[in-house]
Amino acid sequence: METIAPATLKGGEFLIRPSDNIFTPEDFDEEQRMIYDMAHQFIEKEIWPLLDRIDQQEPGLMQSLLDKAGELGLLGAALPETYGGMGKDFITATLINEAVGAGHSFAVAMAAHTGIGTLPILYFGTPEQKQKYLPGLATGAIKGAYALTEPGAGSDALSGKTTARRSADGSQFILNGQKIWITNSGFADIFTVFAKVEGATDKHQGFSAFIVERNTPGLSFGEEEHKMGIKGSSTRQLFFQDCAIPADHLLGEIGKGHVIAFNILNIGRQKLCAAAVGAAKRAIELSVQYANNREQFRKPIASFGAIQYKLAEQAVRLFACESALYRTTQLIDALEKESLAQGIPHEKALLQAAEEYAVECAILKVCGSEMLDYVVDEAVQIHGGNGFSEEYPVSRAYRDSRINRIFEGTNEINRLLILDMLIKRAMQGRLPLLQAAKAAQDELLAPPAALTNIINANSTDFQTLHSQIAQWKKLALLIAGAAVQKFMQQLEDEQEILMALSDIIMDIYLAESSVLRAEKISRQQPDSLYPLLAQVFVADATYRIQQQANEALMAFAEGDELRILQSAIRRFCKVLPFNTKQARRRITAALREANTYCF
Amino acid sequence: MKILVCISKTADTTAKIAFTPDQKSFLETGVQFIINPYDEWYALVRAVELKEQYPDTVLHLITVGGADAEPILRKALAIGGDAAFRVDLQPISIEQVALSIAAHVKQEGYDLIFTGKETIDYNGSGVGGYLAGLLDWPFVSLATRFDYNGQTATVEREIEGGREICEASLPLVVSCQKGMAEQRIPNMRGIMAARTKPLQVLAAPPEAQQPAISIDHFALPPKKSGVHLIEPGNEEELVRLLHEEAKVI
Ligand SMILES: Cc1cc2nc3c(=O)[nH]c(=O)nc-3n(C[C@H](O)[C@H](O)[C@H](O)COP(=O)(O)OP(=O)(O)OC[C@H]3O[C@@H](n4cnc5c(N)ncnc54)[C@H](O)[C@@H]3O)c2cc1C
Repeated sequence: METIAPATLKGGEFLIRPSDNIFTPEDFDEEQRMIYDMAHQFIEKEIWPLLDRIDQQEPGLMQSLLDKAGELGLLGAALPETYGGMGKDFITATLINEAVGAGHSFAVAMAAHTGIGTLPILYFGTPEQKQKYLPGLATGAIKGAYALTEPGAGSDALSGKTTARRSADGSQFILNGQKIWITNSGFADIFTVFAKVEGATDKHQGFSAFIVERNTPGLSFGEEEHKMGIKGSSTRQLFFQDCAIPADHLLGEIGKGHVIAFNILNIGRQKLCAAAVGAAKRAIELSVQYANNREQFRKPIASFGAIQYKLAEQAVRLFACESALYRTTQLIDALEKESLAQGIPHEKALLQAAEEYAVECAILKVCGSEMLDYVVDEAVQIHGGNGFSEEYPVSRAYRDSRINRIFEGTNEINRLLILDMLIKRAMQGRLPLLQAAKAAQDELLAPPAALTNIINANSTDFQTLHSQIAQWKKLALLIAGAAVQKFMQQLEDEQEILMALSDIIMDIYLAESSVLRAEKISRQQPDSLYPLLAQVFVADATYRIQQQANEALMAFAEGDELRILQSAIRRFCKVLPFNTKQARRRITAALREANTYCF
Repeated sequence: MKILVCISKTADTTAKIAFTPDQKSFLETGVQFIINPYDEWYALVRAVELKEQYPDTVLHLITVGGADAEPILRKALAIGGDAAFRVDLQPISIEQVALSIAAHVKQEGYDLIFTGKETIDYNGSGVGGYLAGLLDWPFVSLATRFDYNGQTATVEREIEGGREICEASLPLVVSCQKGMAEQRIPNMRGIMAARTKPLQVLAAPPEAQQPAISIDHFALPPKKSGVHLIEPGNEEELVRLLHEEAKVI
């Protein structure tokens, strides 16, 4: 395995600095590959044959499958060995999430258990709380869930009405309120529940987290929700009626519940992307196989250009997303290991590392879920009428994908967060975005240095691709800078502009990840098709960025400023000649030959 | 008891079969390799079960192959086994494999040897019998069940139209097939332990180094032509196909 230099790019820094060496899936070591294979084998052998029964919520079935995953060590993979876990690093944990991601409702149940169900206790629990719950959570003997959302508090998660009243003798908290949409609630043994401590005077009104055990009197459950997809995952409401829990079930500090809620989300978003990558690989595999087998007009439908376009585009988008996922994962992993080496306790190290890359985590969440929605949508289309039938697995994939754009922070909230976090970091001086925007402005006023190399479909000039992406970064900074100047604090009311800008930034991160990975592979395998995957993504992204940049600009700029910024779009986001049709055909030819996803 | 399980590396069943330009060897680029399923699912798992039943059993794995076979051996170790051996030789024939393993067996001493009934690449089924011959041990092939009571082994095997139940004393060579055991997914602990289990590389014995055969060339079987289904009642199309494509009328 090639060794990777320690995390050099800080969070958000990709927007102002080039990156020359990223970690890619080609770098996994032998043990990581074995663990991935094992998790994949588990999904294939134990989950896929039972998907119908899982979706019917056959009593006890999901729990028994989680137990099996626990026996294999999958539930405790990322937990420290002192608490019965396997002590595996973040990259390995991500590989497991990816493999399990193809497991439909099971994937959601397992991700909720190992993520939001377990991590609050791991990262914020007292030693006693950890000792009490983590070993069980690691094996699956205890199953976890997380209750933040309320009927009136969804995206506005801190506005919940659930209360916690301290008992007169101080030995208990008494919870009252209601939670909604709680994954695994049908069988979970413990819940991390957020509530406001009455009488607290801090600025978060005492917003805090508590560990609530299932059989606590005063806790009751609603019926299973009838959902569009992930029908096998248990989702119910929780009702707290004078539900008394011991005072030592407080998790973390009073008034610091938001720290738990938000920090866990960064990791949750990265995990969601990993699951989306796994699910997309499966959907592409099914698409390729079907397209190779199904004949119309006496030819396999995979021989039609329209279908080839879809297959190639599925692969192009997955490849970019996967590249960004493992690039980010290794950055977080490296920072975590660095912190551990400096003596920062395990509990803090990963959380801090994920916080550093919170912008990237939000990007992964949005891109992963939207990539998967594209892939499953085209998978259904490739299957024609059969894709609309429950007899074929892509119809379940289609239904199950949709939730990903909604939970772990809706994609709108995550898009807003990307800009919000970047701007905050710039203001705090953590990230010199303003300086970079100024430099881009100066460059715009100077005569352009032409892009000398023109790419064509037969050879990939990575230098040109990198300079294209570098130009996009300048464009993003210019428009963002102009918008910040124009609206100042009021920019948050201009969500359309923020959405457009975050789309541009996401395309930059994914395109760059895709190109860097393809470049790295090309050094070993000069004739591979990977560069084409990256080039098609860059070509697609060029049009998207042009559109978003124009929309954002027209929304606020006028007169000279508009003219100058429009010239920036023309200059920094040029369409270079590249035959995407030919590239997609070659990509599809490889997929057809392999009869599965092969990149 | 001391058991040796023979493990071979083989191309994944979905691998594309192609040959090097001189047609003399299998083209390995881009091919996914797996543990031969008969070795993994039946021979190895049954051996692991025996070790669970008789905890003082020593379980060794062996393969004959290049360094590229080591990931396969580690994967097998993740399922079970105390140690593994790789005889450093790229064999092209069964007698090279059997001679290599026999040399190791004579040195190390075993009571029981399991092989798969065949490897799914060349499907030669020859190693088990050859090995038993070299060792002068009894051999039971195509076993679907294996029990051991501490003294004798009872082995069930499939025969034409029925089952045969044999009793045998150890030492013994058995080739295993479906029915012997259920496939096991290795667990995390197994995978982690596999990294630290001894994997020893052995030099191939002189008698195994020169193959007695040489490969002239490989060729793919001719492509099967597809089956055309014709709607009942569409005689015209049938006639057209028989005339234009099959050219039989
Ligand atoms: C199947 C399922 C499982 C879930 N599991 C859990 C769980 O285990 N634990 C848990 O606590 N929660 C869970 N949730 C809740 C989930 O996190 C919320 O549904 C999600 O956060 C959105 O909240 P909401 O449904 O109230 O939508 P709303 O917040 O009402 O959003 C409605 C729409 O308005 C948009 N919107 C809201 N605010 C803004 C804004 N400021 N600017 C722009 N647009 C905005 C949203 O993006 C969305 O498009 C689950 C939900 C589902 C459906």
